[in-house]
Amino acid sequence: MKAIDRTVVVTGLGATTPLGGDSASTWEGLMAGRSGVRLLTHDWAAEVQVRIGAEVAVEPTEVLPRPQARKLDRTAQLALVAAREAWADAGFTGQAGTDASVDPDRLGVVIASAIGGVTSLLEQYEILKVQGARKVSPHTIPMMLPNTPSANVGLDVGARAGVHSPISACASGAEAIGYAIEMIRTGRADVVIAGGTEAAICSLNMAAFGNMMAMSKRNDDPAAASRPYDTDRDGFVMGEGAGVVVLEAAEHAARRGARVYAEAVGQGLSADSHHITQPEPSGRGIAAALTSLLDTSDLKPSEIVHVNAHATSTPKGDVAEILALRKVFGDDTDHFAVSATKSMTGHLLGGAGGVETVAAVLALWHRVAPATINLDNPDPEVEADIVRGDHRALPEGRIAALNNSFGFGGHNVVLAFRTV
Amino acid sequence: MTTVTQEEVLAGLAEIVNEITGVPVEDVAVERSFADDLDVDSLSMVEVVVAAEERFGVTIPDERANELKTVGDAVDHIVNNRD
Repeated sequence: MKAIDRTVVVTGLGATTPLGGDSASTWEGLMAGRSGVRLLTHDWAAEVQVRIGAEVAVEPTEVLPRPQARKLDRTAQLALVAAREAWADAGFTGQAGTDASVDPDRLGVVIASAIGGVTSLLEQYEILKVQGARKVSPHTIPMMLPNTPSANVGLDVGARAGVHSPISACASGAEAIGYAIEMIRTGRADVVIAGGTEAAICSLNMAAFGNMMAMSKRNDDPAAASRPYDTDRDGFVMGEGAGVVVLEAAEHAARRGARVYAEAVGQGLSADSHHITQPEPSGRGIAAALTSLLDTSDLKPSEIVHVNAHATSTPKGDVAEILALRKVFGDDTDHFAVSATKSMTGHLLGGAGGVETVAAVLALWHRVAPATINLDNPDPEVEADIVRGDHRALPEGRIAALNNSFGFGGHNVVLAFRTV
Repeated sequence: MTTVTQEEVLAGLAEIVNEITGVPVEDVAVERSFADDLDVDSLSMVEVVVAAEERFGVTIPDERANELKTVGDAVDHIVNNRD
């Protein structure tokens, strides 16, 4: 059997988030310490107890042609917008094959969503009840299926090496990127478009997450609601959007003279086996994922200078993650500039790992760690160097960043990126 | 039952096809094939059929819908089968 272990790099970035319609404006928002959280103005908002959320800054229907947009759930619309940006950013023009620098048989897509096309499902169910079966859209199934953001991007670029969608709740986007790294590392593809997308701000989800007591109820002060590591945090704020990267075999990127943002060093995976929604409070499962990252890659703890933390602003989860970092890295943790970008974007569920990978890669590229906003009174249980107040310069030389994502079900995914 | 002309049905179908696929109304002509010329795939064809049923007060059974290859086929069916 051929043993293949190739270096993987990031050559394209794309995002559409509550802070901006592309990766550049999203990064500007992160640097400015801007909150994307607003009071929701939907008709149903008056009926639910949590009425705040972080909706995308640019409506995808303003960007995509209408005939195309109307056949796609918002989840797929956002993925397509971010993927097209990342594809162009990587220097590709047109579909694989038409652009001779990428072979369609060597191109893959791995884009995930936690929840899938729930707004389409609810809209069509309403049509079924009110107008009858004949009026249900024939596009309902492909709009609902959670693999269709990935599939639609695959069709858009002409990917034939494999189109996948790992589902692991709020770790889905990160798991997708980890899966894509493996596809390239082991030789199954040369280029993979990977990331996460979510568009789940709807009455059912807001009511259900609200009844789980998982979300912040700070309706009277939306911009201050997402406050990871602060003593007054009271849950996450639901966000929406997509973050997508183009990953590429280093040799393939070099051959076509592509700009390389960073190396995608590897991933670490584990499962808590503790509770369906609660995080394991000691951080045991997260620590196992971090250990698996170190065991399966050449990443050195001394290289890590930045962590884009999962940190959703829930009382238990924020602490468990830091405990896990301490468990694995000990005193090395002291030189990690930890950023909780969800303080600005809200929690994009399956989109989080994608958007936060874009943020972590840009942090290495610009050598700046974004600040965590709303951190007025740091929780004394959080023993880590959380970047607050203003963004912070990262050191020169070869440096690495982690992006952590964890999901309901006990899924733990950590990704590592390094300057080249 | 009010009568409806071929021209009126064609104009109505053109609006429906435009709404669903974005193809300009002037490109929707009787000799055009839904699938080959107008970007109407099998799923979108179901949308065209349901919208046409409502607009023109006709019934287009699934097996008949499968036989409507061109815009002209659809115009003829609608003109000849109004409820």
